Amino acid sequence: MRRGTVHALVGENGAGKSTLMKILYGMQKPDEGTIAIDGEQVSFNSPGDAIARGIGMVHQHFMLADYLTVLENVVLGSEKLYGIGDKARAKIKEISDAYGLNIRPDAVVEDLGVADRQRIEILKVLYRGARTLILDEPTAVLVPQEVDALFENLRELKSEGLTVIFISHKLGEVLSVADDITVIRRGTTVGTADPANTTPKQLAELMVGSELPSPETRESTVTTTPMLTVSDLKLSAIDPDGVARSVLDDIAFTIHKGEVLGIAGVEGNGQAELVEAIMGMRTPDAGAVTLDGTDISTTPTRKRREDGIGYIPEDRHKHGLLLESPLWENRILGHVTEKPNSNKGLLDLKAARADTQRIVREYDVRTPGIDVTAASLSGGNQQKLIVGREMSHKPKLLIAAHPTRGVDVGAQAQIWDQIREARRDGLAVLLISADLDELIGLSDTLRVMYRGRLVADADPATVTPEELGSAMTGAATGHLEASAEDLAQAQAEAAAGREDAPGTVTGTAPDTDPRTGGEDR
Amino acid sequence: MKKFDKERLLLGLAAPLLAIVAAFLVTAVVLLATGKEPFSAFGIMFDYGVKSDSQVYILNKATTYYLAGLAVAVGFRMNLFNIGVDGQYRLAAFFAAAVGGALTLPGFLQIPLIILTAMIVGAMWAGIAGVLKVTRGVSEVVSTIMLNMIATAIIGYLLQQGRLGHLDSAGTKVATKPLPESAHFFSFTTQPDADPIWGFIVIAAIAGVAYWFILSRTRFGFDLRTVGASESAADASGVNVKKMVITSMLISGLVAGLIGMPTLLNDSYEYGGDFPTGIGFTGIAIALLGRNHPVGIALGALLWGFLERGTGKLEFEGYDKEIVGVIQGVIVLCVVIAYEVVRRYGLKRQQRQVGAKLAAQAANNSEKQEVSA
Repeated sequence: MRRGTVHALVGENGAGKSTLMKILYGMQKPDEGTIAIDGEQVSFNSPGDAIARGIGMVHQHFMLADYLTVLENVVLGSEKLYGIGDKARAKIKEISDAYGLNIRPDAVVEDLGVADRQRIEILKVLYRGARTLILDEPTAVLVPQEVDALFENLRELKSEGLTVIFISHKLGEVLSVADDITVIRRGTTVGTADPANTTPKQLAELMVGSELPSPETRESTVTTTPMLTVSDLKLSAIDPDGVARSVLDDIAFTIHKGEVLGIAGVEGNGQAELVEAIMGMRTPDAGAVTLDGTDISTTPTRKRREDGIGYIPEDRHKHGLLLESPLWENRILGHVTEKPNSNKGLLDLKAARADTQRIVREYDVRTPGIDVTAASLSGGNQQKLIVGREMSHKPKLLIAAHPTRGVDVGAQAQIWDQIREARRDGLAVLLISADLDELIGLSDTLRVMYRGRLVADADPATVTPEELGSAMTGAATGHLEASAEDLAQAQAEAAAGREDAPGTVTGTAPDTDPRTGGEDR
Repeated sequence: MKKFDKERLLLGLAAPLLAIVAAFLVTAVVLLATGKEPFSAFGIMFDYGVKSDSQVYILNKATTYYLAGLAVAVGFRMNLFNIGVDGQYRLAAFFAAAVGGALTLPGFLQIPLIILTAMIVGAMWAGIAGVLKVTRGVSEVVSTIMLNMIATAIIGYLLQQGRLGHLDSAGTKVATKPLPESAHFFSFTTQPDADPIWGFIVIAAIAGVAYWFILSRTRFGFDLRTVGASESAADASGVNVKKMVITSMLISGLVAGLIGMPTLLNDSYEYGGDFPTGIGFTGIAIALLGRNHPVGIALGALLWGFLERGTGKLEFEGYDKEIVGVIQGVIVLCVVIAYEVVRRYGLKRQQRQVGAKLAAQAANNSEKQEVSA
């Protein structure tokens, strides 16, 4: 790794990126091998050692106290460096100006957006004297415009002689910002690439060691029979300050049989609440939910599931799995009242186990057996188990929240195929995703959610990720129509060969389970 | 996957064994510190504990403890800490004794009626904590502790002459009216002049089987365990968590109601000031020791009975009888620590094994591909 460069580390989930970074940051000890900084061999016993050596880490999940100011957050834990008063404020200003971070020290973190928070995290690390920055999946939570701004910041850092280690799945981004690229697979370095003469496709193939799938789905299977109708859904929640805040506001949409409705939006704009309201886990203040002609507004969750709602939850550890239970028990979870899992109140262990074997086989869940705990599988295999389980009950409606998050490319293609196949048989899908390519590729209809409202709609055949991005930040509303030149450009790109278009780059989306800090378990 | 199962069994046994060995070591140190020779003390306990009349005593004690362990374990399986088992069983036994003393029915009616009364009272008392938790968010730990105190006060108030209390013929103690002959539970005679084994051990065994069956073979049990494993996943899977909290508190209370029954129906036949107290807390320790498993709880209950019996003898040999409290306390501490250590180790180990297996498979596959190519 050269000084003053951005060095990208790419690899599938579970390839060992996180582990490598943990070792570099002193959170884990290596069994063998050495680390050298400036030619000097070092060994870290704790993150403190790493910081002392000038290595700083910006975690995928921000570690900021919401109710403190930027200044307070930055000095927290490093009060000894520059105190907590004007000296610290001056230092923050200095760093902020030097690298163009544009940070106001006295703003309260709560009021800031995701991109600002990320810059605070970077500043925190610089404040502690870091010369080498590790950024773990920094673009996962950003919309395209914010990604560009971040890359500007990174170039500033680089020009000041700092070294940045950039971990990502998104190959287009990697190619645009990195000076050097190292690809790792199954725990070993499989190659390096020069971003100047590498295409995303080559890089991706290096990463997975095989051909790449794409989420494209064009032949329409949309029917005119409504499967799910949500009307005038409203939900408010009391925030920690005791103020009632509207979380969902007049949400209304219809999903027909054979239709995939994609919802785009920056996380935390009400998508999770919407899903929970449809699942019956939250009681909305107003509005109705109709499934296949039946009003299910007051139906309990279990009945809704029995009636044919399949659910791939956003946070599989929290809502989709019992981590310390064996796989066959996880196969029963959520469908305990249905065959083959039970019969008149009694569990049918034999049938459940046999069916778990089937799911493991058909959905290619990589596991040595069905008696291991769910926690011992990798994130992708856990997800395959969940998808297999939900699909096994022939759902009428599938709610898929980030279905391929933290899933390796092979499994991603498989999950997309399964969704497409079920769609052909009349499945209605509510797709919520942070991966815009996935949304555009899979959906028949697109909506954008912003601050609890559906603010824009778009036709996935013509919309670009950038347009979706601007609607996601609230900058655009209404029907998103690609401008003439955008369209022309997109067509030109398509003509030039799909492999260069960002749409075909389908690196795995990050796993953002808050408790595991991006670990892929 | 037999291999995984065997390992899980080994790991399951490792924790309690580790805990007991550690507990004995610590106790040995304590005994040394009090200036006594530890190994002769252990020797006395073992010799005395295995005598036949000791065996009867241990079995009878264990019957009560087993039910207490089950009552607590029901809550534990669902992540509820029912500390109130103590108050629940005392109140239950008290009212059951009062009802039993007031009626004289044929045994086949009288005995079920008494047991049923106890179970219902226990369930109601536990249910209060459940309702408070669900509707007002009161931690069951706090509310059940308070309910224990209230139970003590209620019993103290009612157990007086003129209320439900009754002065015995010797005029020395107040208790509920003694149960009629017809309400005495059967027992197994072992030797003509020795104490018999309480027949209630049969009910305890049935309760253990029912506990196992309901938890691991029914839909309801699966829901209950799901809530215990992950409340959020249970909610998403369609379990009504609130209803489950109340239901499991009620079940815990039902079982707690049984705890006083062996003593009442096989031994004391009345509820007086000398009715055993504090068994609810023993139940917590035993449920922990038995890992909430019906067989584990049985072993824990037997161990507890054995320790009590053995240390009773120690007192006559000039040892401090408090030493048993030390052993029990240390065992519980060691158990909690050992389980957590073994659990984490087991999880890590499994993850590593799965990883290693999959890597080996992958390596095999690619080798094959190369060969075929």
